[in-house]
Amino acid sequence: MNKKGRLFLGVIMLMLVVLVLSSCGQDKRVVLNVYNWGDYIDESVIDTFEKKYNIRVNYDTFSTNEDMYVKIKSGGANYDVLFPSDYTIERMIKEDMLAKLDFNNIPNYKYIEERFKNLDYDPQNEYSVPYMWGTVGILYNKTMVDEPVTSWRILWDQKYNKQILMLDSQRDSIGVALKMLGYDMNTRNLEELEAAKEALIQQKPLVLAYVGDDVKDKMIAGEAALAVVWSGDAVNMKQESSDLEYALPREGSNLWFDAMVVPKTSKHKAEAEKFINFMCEPEIAFKNADYIDYSSPHREVKKMLDPALLNDPAAYPKEEDLVNYDIFKDLGDYLKVYDRIWTEVKAH
Amino acid sequence: MKRNWLSYPYLLWMLLFIFLPLLLVLFYSITVRTEEGISFTMEHFRRFLEPIYLRVLFRSVKLALISTLLCLLLGYPMAMILAGNHFKQKNIMVFLFVVPMWMNFLLRTYAWMTLLEKTGLINTFLSWLGLSPLNLLYTEEAVILGMVYNFLPFMVLPIYSVLSKIDKNLIEAAEDLGADGFTVFRKVIIPLSLPGVISGITMVFMPAVTTFVISRLLGGGQFTLIGNLIEQQFLLVGDWSFGSAISMVMMAVILLSIGVMSKYEKENEGGGLL
Repeated sequence: MNKKGRLFLGVIMLMLVVLVLSSCGQDKRVVLNVYNWGDYIDESVIDTFEKKYNIRVNYDTFSTNEDMYVKIKSGGANYDVLFPSDYTIERMIKEDMLAKLDFNNIPNYKYIEERFKNLDYDPQNEYSVPYMWGTVGILYNKTMVDEPVTSWRILWDQKYNKQILMLDSQRDSIGVALKMLGYDMNTRNLEELEAAKEALIQQKPLVLAYVGDDVKDKMIAGEAALAVVWSGDAVNMKQESSDLEYALPREGSNLWFDAMVVPKTSKHKAEAEKFINFMCEPEIAFKNADYIDYSSPHREVKKMLDPALLNDPAAYPKEEDLVNYDIFKDLGDYLKVYDRIWTEVKAH
Repeated sequence: MKRNWLSYPYLLWMLLFIFLPLLLVLFYSITVRTEEGISFTMEHFRRFLEPIYLRVLFRSVKLALISTLLCLLLGYPMAMILAGNHFKQKNIMVFLFVVPMWMNFLLRTYAWMTLLEKTGLINTFLSWLGLSPLNLLYTEEAVILGMVYNFLPFMVLPIYSVLSKIDKNLIEAAEDLGADGFTVFRKVIIPLSLPGVISGITMVFMPAVTTFVISRLLGGGQFTLIGNLIEQQFLLVGDWSFGSAISMVMMAVILLSIGVMSKYEKENEGGGLL
């Protein structure tokens, strides 16, 4: 290499070193790693938080509780705030993965409705602050179904051959069959589970497909008449297509919660609590509820919402309509039995 | 051949990212976590022998074999056309054949969903013709279609590269000795192209037998394949041991099929040369 070349290389190296050093010094803000469901926040809220508290937020998303759980459990990821669902929170508490929250740092917790506190997954409410909640029910296309939809049994009706979409999710689909038969969604009774299995196998020829998120596209496009969906998605789909309506089956169903928690591995617990508190500020909670259309457990939000949405049973069902609605419990090792049942249904 | 220092990074890489993970999979598949600690067991393999899991294995192998056969039937003539002298613009043909592969495999499979669904393009066209719409999506045929579509290039390209390297003098010699077109094809071209056919078959069969995305998207989750079963064990149930055991069985199936293929290849090579 000639002299010029060496000089050139030296200058480049020097510039690189300066660049690296300066970028270290540039941003001294604390970085808060937030891990949430995809499309589950009004992202402008994050900017507001960053400006207000001078904390940088690193925002990531997951698509199932299990994905999130595996990532945290394996220890590879370092997150400060998570948004798991009820049964996953229960499992994480059992496995000592969550940190107890200091509620002195979360004064806005007072806005959460009493009925959403101290739920079974976190009985003393030490670890979690509810973010959104909802139900599982039947979404149907009014142009294809002209009878009233009141029961899970309609999903077993020959009339709707190849027009039914089920969820490709063990617990939800087995849960639907259990509820149709009048059993608890968290049952550990093998006979009840076998009965649910038989029902699902009997239903299989009528089912068009077992789907995940694509249920939205399919129902909006009119590909099927009936589908098992989560209530928040139902509100969303109803806005896209006026042919769709949501029904809560009278046998009962699943009631679910997504809540904010802090994993034990978090290095910024105080900032994480600031974030959780911020998410419970009335205007911020309203912004989120308004953006994602899921049901908020926040007292003040309900006052600000569009009354039409508030009276929609898909979004805010009345308390008296929610009898026999079970919250999923962590099944621990018994999950294997559910898995076997589900495999037998799917492999049939 | 003497190993030189250049090969060490590769060896290290293989040790870290191929050999060790395989050992881990093997370890998980033959252990079980009990109260006292970890103990060795064959229970996961025994569990796999239950009828439901064997049915899943059988279905996976069946669908993969059908798709491989279809790929061969479609791919061989295609490779011959590409390798033949009929086209001046041969390179463009090959190029056009490869271009779709630049697009992500998931996107291409999603595209099939919009083609096949009830309100999709094909059914819209059918009803425009006055025909009744067909139930295309979420059937076993749709899964096979997805596999053939996605894996066809893996069949065509190896056969094409072998065919285009065949010495034209051999064909001319056969013709000089009085062989007609069909005899030339049967006695000269097929035996010489077998290595390509065999690598094509393995390259289609392997991804087809382990796929879990195609069966979920085009089969609507109704056709659980072995890939779905493995995914379910790791992501949903958290039963890593059983998942690893299924993976080991899968690897055995693939190794076995490669073994059979390469034995077949050797026998035929001998026959072809004589």
